[in-house]
Amino acid sequence: MPSEQPQYLYKYRQVPGIDDIDVYLKHEGYNAVRKALTMDQEAIINEVKLSGLRGRGGAGFPTFIKWNGIPKNWDKPHYLVINADEGEPGTAKDRDLMNALPHLLVEGCIISSWAIRAKACYIYIRGEYVQPARQIQKAIDQAYAKGFLGKNILGSGFDLDIYVHMGAGSYECGEESALMSSLMGERGMPRHKPPSAPLPVISGVWDSPTIINNVETIATVVPIINMSGAEYAKVGTGTPGAGPASRGTKLITVSGHVKKPGNYEIVLGTPVREIIYEICGGIKNDKKLKFFIPGGSSTPLLTPDFLDTPYDYEALGKTGSLLGSGALIVYDETVSVPKLMTRLMHFYAHESCGKCTPCREGTNWLVKIHDRIMAGGGRPEDIDLLLDISNNIFGRSFCALGDAAAMPLAGFFAGKGAIYYFREEYEELIRNGAGGKKRAFAPLQMAGV
Amino acid sequence: MLTEEVTKKIDSLIAKYPTKKAALLPALWVAQAANDNWLPREAMADVAKHLGLAPAYVEGVATFYTMYNKAPVGRHHLEVCHNIVCMVVGADELIDHIGGKLGVGRGETTADRKFTLNASECLGACANAPCMMVGDKYYEDLTTEKVDEILADLARK
Repeated sequence: MPSEQPQYLYKYRQVPGIDDIDVYLKHEGYNAVRKALTMDQEAIINEVKLSGLRGRGGAGFPTFIKWNGIPKNWDKPHYLVINADEGEPGTAKDRDLMNALPHLLVEGCIISSWAIRAKACYIYIRGEYVQPARQIQKAIDQAYAKGFLGKNILGSGFDLDIYVHMGAGSYECGEESALMSSLMGERGMPRHKPPSAPLPVISGVWDSPTIINNVETIATVVPIINMSGAEYAKVGTGTPGAGPASRGTKLITVSGHVKKPGNYEIVLGTPVREIIYEICGGIKNDKKLKFFIPGGSSTPLLTPDFLDTPYDYEALGKTGSLLGSGALIVYDETVSVPKLMTRLMHFYAHESCGKCTPCREGTNWLVKIHDRIMAGGGRPEDIDLLLDISNNIFGRSFCALGDAAAMPLAGFFAGKGAIYYFREEYEELIRNGAGGKKRAFAPLQMAGV
Repeated sequence: MLTEEVTKKIDSLIAKYPTKKAALLPALWVAQAANDNWLPREAMADVAKHLGLAPAYVEGVATFYTMYNKAPVGRHHLEVCHNIVCMVVGADELIDHIGGKLGVGRGETTADRKFTLNASECLGACANAPCMMVGDKYYEDLTTEKVDEILADLARK
């Protein structure tokens, strides 16, 4: 592997049978649980603070701040909910982690539940992930058998049960408040947020204090406890404790036109060029790189001019895109941007839950206009219309799904997206029509979304 | 009517949650598995009755989620990802290839009810694209040759 990439989560990934508890125990398995149960809650949260750990699901919110919000001295039950609803197109790292290292997640759940004083933990796994769910359930069963779960864990007096809850096919359920709705047996629709409703940490599932974290975030707590937060924070970019920083490692999924697509653990701040050309071996068939999407389908694409951007929260943010879920999608010169965006808009329109108007109506218009452009019936004003619709969805929808649909086209806060970088491809399609056949008038049809 | 086995399973699921309603998604999974992989309205109504919910509420929830099949599906439900990673490494060609072999379009079921073909949204196997899901099994790094083998294998089952 090119430049040194310390492997904290993947440390024992290559060990045969590491998904079995007996093998796992021989490789520091559940050491972090033993250690954590001798620490008090504040001490654990402090280690997480020192590590600089930020939410690995997409938002990048500092984990310790979330955990510190748990009310003290309430008699309501606390819940830990794991977001394993990985649905962001391009993202496969959580599925891979659950398949390969299920005990890492279970161990992280135990430590995190102890830190927030939760006695029940729900792992919400997307419906398609049957195999990862089996792996997790097996790990949970083995952990019960060894006394790491259940009543009075390792004689500490701490009780914890972990349950697997399967989703049933909905991108929207990856949004934390929609996930809570779904976990409680409802349609996966988002719920009110502050200031009109309390945060989940005060009133989450079943009106109780709830912490929701991504799979990778919780798994990362294990190496942090094992090696200490300060040690974990030794790699990365930015200064810990002095403004936003990206410390530690991140699991990324690299996909598309690279020679070696895969799930990798990289140090935050590794240049994108190094990831694509060294770690992943360069562009497939030695074609030219046209653009890349740095953090999952919702993040605005970037051109090869940005190849030297460090892969971290701050640097990617400055480019007008985002690190998102860590899904780097690479596209060669053969890819048509309007065609790709058409497919993507169909996805968001299909997944829009229908609760709020900007997202429900807006995503459908983005589909209709893209469809007519692709069918050769585009109108000159369509490009500005797409931007106008995107800018009216962004920041105006009930949850982030609307923003996620608008950002790839128009960037965030009317920034730079696909249309900014590849406007001429849209213009050419509109001028010449698809396949050179320009239709004077294309009736709008509701797309089969 | 739900069989005794199904109700037993659902009751064990209810124990995992503080409310009965929360067991709805897993209960629908159980009901679907017991009914040739789809949910007729009667099955939804039975689940509703068992959980003390209104049938209309249960139907509302079931129709929100794409993986609850509201109509019969073939024995092998092929769901080929065609999202923005799979599409640039040949997903659409694969779907057309499968459709051609089976003589069905997207969303259709073969006359012998063996296969249903669907294009699916991102399955989360992007590092091994293109991919498809058949029932609860993933097939990754697909090529037309691989797909031909998989179809031949499934046709025998």
